[in-house]
Amino acid sequence: MGRIIIEISRYLMIICMSIYTIQCFAVFRFGNEYDRKGIYLRQNFFMVLVHFLGFVSLYAQKSDIIYLRAYLIQQLGILAILAAYRLIYPRANILIINNMCMLITIGLLILTRISYNKAMRQFYIVIGSVVVTLIVPYIISRIRFFEKFKWAYVAVGVGSLAAVLAFSRVINGSKLNIHIASYTFQPSEYVKIIFVFAIAAVLAHGHKLKDYLISAAIAIVHVLLLVASKDLGSAIIFFVVYFAMLYAASRNVLYYLIGFLTGAAGAIAGYKLFRHVRVRVTAFLDPMGNITDAGYQIAQSLFAIGTGGWLGMGIGQGAPDTIPVVAADFIFAAICEELGVVFGMCLILLCLSCFIMFMNISMKFDDPFFKLVALGLSVAYIFQVFLTIGGVIKFIPLTGVTLPLVSYGGTSVAVTCCVFAVIQGLYISKGKDNTRTPVASDFKTEQLGIVELE
Amino acid sequence: MKILQKIISKPQKVKPGRRHVDSNREIGVITYLFLFLFLAMLVYLGYFTRVKAPDVINSTYNKRQSLLESRLIRGDILSREGNVLATTLSDNDGGYYRSYPYRNTFAHIVGYSTHGVLGLESMENYTLLTCDGNIADRISNDLAGRKNHGDNVVSTLDTAMQEAAYDAMDEKKGAVVAMNVRTGEILCVVSKPDFDPNEVIGRWDVLSESEDSVLLNRAFLGSYPPGSTFKIVTALEYLKEHGGNISDYGFECKGSFEYKGSIINCYNEQSHGWMNFDDSFANSCNSSFANISSQLDKKRFADTLDELLFGRDLPLPFKYSKAYSDLGVDSSTDELLQTGIGQGKTLISPIHMLMITSAIANDGILMKPYVVSEIQNTDGGVIRKTRIREYGRIIDETYAAGLRKMMREVVVNGTGRRAFDTQGYDISGKTGSAEYSSNKSLSHAWFTGFAGTDEPEIAVTVIVEGGGSGGAVAVPIAKRVFDAYYNK
Repeated sequence: MGRIIIEISRYLMIICMSIYTIQCFAVFRFGNEYDRKGIYLRQNFFMVLVHFLGFVSLYAQKSDIIYLRAYLIQQLGILAILAAYRLIYPRANILIINNMCMLITIGLLILTRISYNKAMRQFYIVIGSVVVTLIVPYIISRIRFFEKFKWAYVAVGVGSLAAVLAFSRVINGSKLNIHIASYTFQPSEYVKIIFVFAIAAVLAHGHKLKDYLISAAIAIVHVLLLVASKDLGSAIIFFVVYFAMLYAASRNVLYYLIGFLTGAAGAIAGYKLFRHVRVRVTAFLDPMGNITDAGYQIAQSLFAIGTGGWLGMGIGQGAPDTIPVVAADFIFAAICEELGVVFGMCLILLCLSCFIMFMNISMKFDDPFFKLVALGLSVAYIFQVFLTIGGVIKFIPLTGVTLPLVSYGGTSVAVTCCVFAVIQGLYISKGKDNTRTPVASDFKTEQLGIVELE
Repeated sequence: MKILQKIISKPQKVKPGRRHVDSNREIGVITYLFLFLFLAMLVYLGYFTRVKAPDVINSTYNKRQSLLESRLIRGDILSREGNVLATTLSDNDGGYYRSYPYRNTFAHIVGYSTHGVLGLESMENYTLLTCDGNIADRISNDLAGRKNHGDNVVSTLDTAMQEAAYDAMDEKKGAVVAMNVRTGEILCVVSKPDFDPNEVIGRWDVLSESEDSVLLNRAFLGSYPPGSTFKIVTALEYLKEHGGNISDYGFECKGSFEYKGSIINCYNEQSHGWMNFDDSFANSCNSSFANISSQLDKKRFADTLDELLFGRDLPLPFKYSKAYSDLGVDSSTDELLQTGIGQGKTLISPIHMLMITSAIANDGILMKPYVVSEIQNTDGGVIRKTRIREYGRIIDETYAAGLRKMMREVVVNGTGRRAFDTQGYDISGKTGSAEYSSNKSLSHAWFTGFAGTDEPEIAVTVIVEGGGSGGAVAVPIAKRVFDAYYNK
């Protein structure tokens, strides 16, 4: 009987996830949140169902009461997040909230399967992060002088990264974390947000060459500090974010091309200078030929994804424990192995729908500072997703970054919650000018492109 | 031009106080860039899952075998006619064990699935442990608590040819391998000494430590001096350097050939008298071929060896040993002459020799050899089918035709006469007696050749370790294998 439960829930989970993902894109057919209400409710239903089916399957195998407890706590926590956002911010963008909760759901589910203790720890971090960042949208939508602090951002960002370089211990060849008491932080995660604010502050109203040079100097200092700490994944993210923002602010294709060229030069320099970059490239080119050393991680990841196939082996039925750092960097491989590649593809599309919504929000801004902040954070988010998933499936060389909100890791989760909250705040402040309840005619006028005069 | 102007022109100047930076076009560009990146990534993930994953997961480093075996009954391995070569049976205690009905006959190519894996059991390890049966059956099996059946592997192996080769080799050490020259299907693979895969568990210590390397598949992993079979390559090089014209060649054989201090003797120091090129090839005259070699361009010879995949990766889906040759521009005259008659430091595996022979038979085009023709689910539905693929041209068409003519002459008038008396088809080929130690009286017996009724169809390569004369020992074995194909 256990077997049949596992099998049925395996198929149903894929169906639920697929429907959820389709809804993510169905949202864009409508111009306002009012018309999207039905979609959002359906999403919530399938989100709860995926979590439920996953735990039914796990419980059928383990028959341990702690899974029942974990299920109830997690489900209540996630529903509480949904409810809290909707109550406190009635004008919030629900797609972003839903997707945030769906990513958290998937993360908690697969983490519970990998390690019960890690999952519960992750759960409390998620709840803590969401509670703390609940205030962020309010702050963002009320305070209008964020761009005045550009040098403070630079000081905090550079200071944090320098501190990592000076005080951190080397783990796996890189310096990433700062230890305070028994807590570990990964400053490069939160500096990402501060960095976006700093660059936006410099470029929002500065369009002289001097401003471009200042922004470039700030970016160079950040990237070099990260390279010195051998945190190359973060260094690439900062680099890409900077050039995306510079390109948008300058509106000049030349900077786009400069970005490409320096990126290529940097990649070659990195390959020549750092042994561990060469190791990663070797592993990327021929993981099976170097399976005993450099290619070991990526080969294990490919075994997992390949053995799982389109439909997966069923949650609890694979061997994700054979994949190194499975809870953090390689969580996508574990998801593909047990829930299936179809599920994994849906997850990729889900992240993409977040990004599209973020970019939509950025486009609706007139204020250049917030426009750039929204853009910078969106690019930071989606590029990190690209690096981690692309690395795990061997589409690009491995960089060792986490999958935001899904991977295990306190700082990553807290910072991503914060990013989502900042964008939520931007969305809310954008909507403030237009507070009346939407009426049916809204959709029509938007379609006709008629600008309403208020 | 417009684009260029746009790039060069400075950012628009907007009056202070009314600055309105609308970067939506740029934001749109960035959005589409990422959409494109993700689309490419999704396509790659799909491609990996559909195309690459079945090969990737069949690695011995994938630790999921026991996990899957606890849930599935390992599928069967079948011959091309559908004979069961490996299957899973249940014992009285409800456990399962692997059974190989043909015992020793298919030992190396079918392999075994315990104590590490070998042969097809290894190559298709995860295919045999993947269930693609219909979902209703799978669910009903689940409900009844029965294990599902893994997929079956249908091989290209021909039972009659395999048995003929196995019996013909008898107690001799060596290998026999055959393939269809037009499709690349491997038809039989025999390696001797052999073992019974049913007894691998019980006799593991004896088998794995045997001095004769019983578990080694000599057909793929054996490395032998090619001896006179290499004269095919030397002849090809001569054809290339003379634009296919061999009619001018003549040589008076006195049993040995001396050139710049190097002496090459004929087999058993036999004098062949005056010969043209075809006679030299048919009688496998070492003196004449040493003479031919002495006229060859070392650089171009080395290039030809490269085209024939010496020292390179072979297009094979299983493990093999690479062929080796030390011939290069810096080689001494002695090395050139030794290489030319197939001695020297040259080494080749039987499967590689078979591939060169097949390319000659197939107008110079090498087909990619394969052993698995299709994967079926337990109801016989086809899950995957191996496509026939060309590796490419490795020999010029006219030279291949020239070589075929010479190889036919070997059987009609030369060292391969024992293969002449056939019914309904003709054999062509080349014999070899390769010295492998300082004792000149010891040699490996080689034969590599092809056969067909009108056009060449199949190729067979035989090596008998320490067997002596290729013409006397290897040719009759090859003939029995050809007969098994044509006289079913």
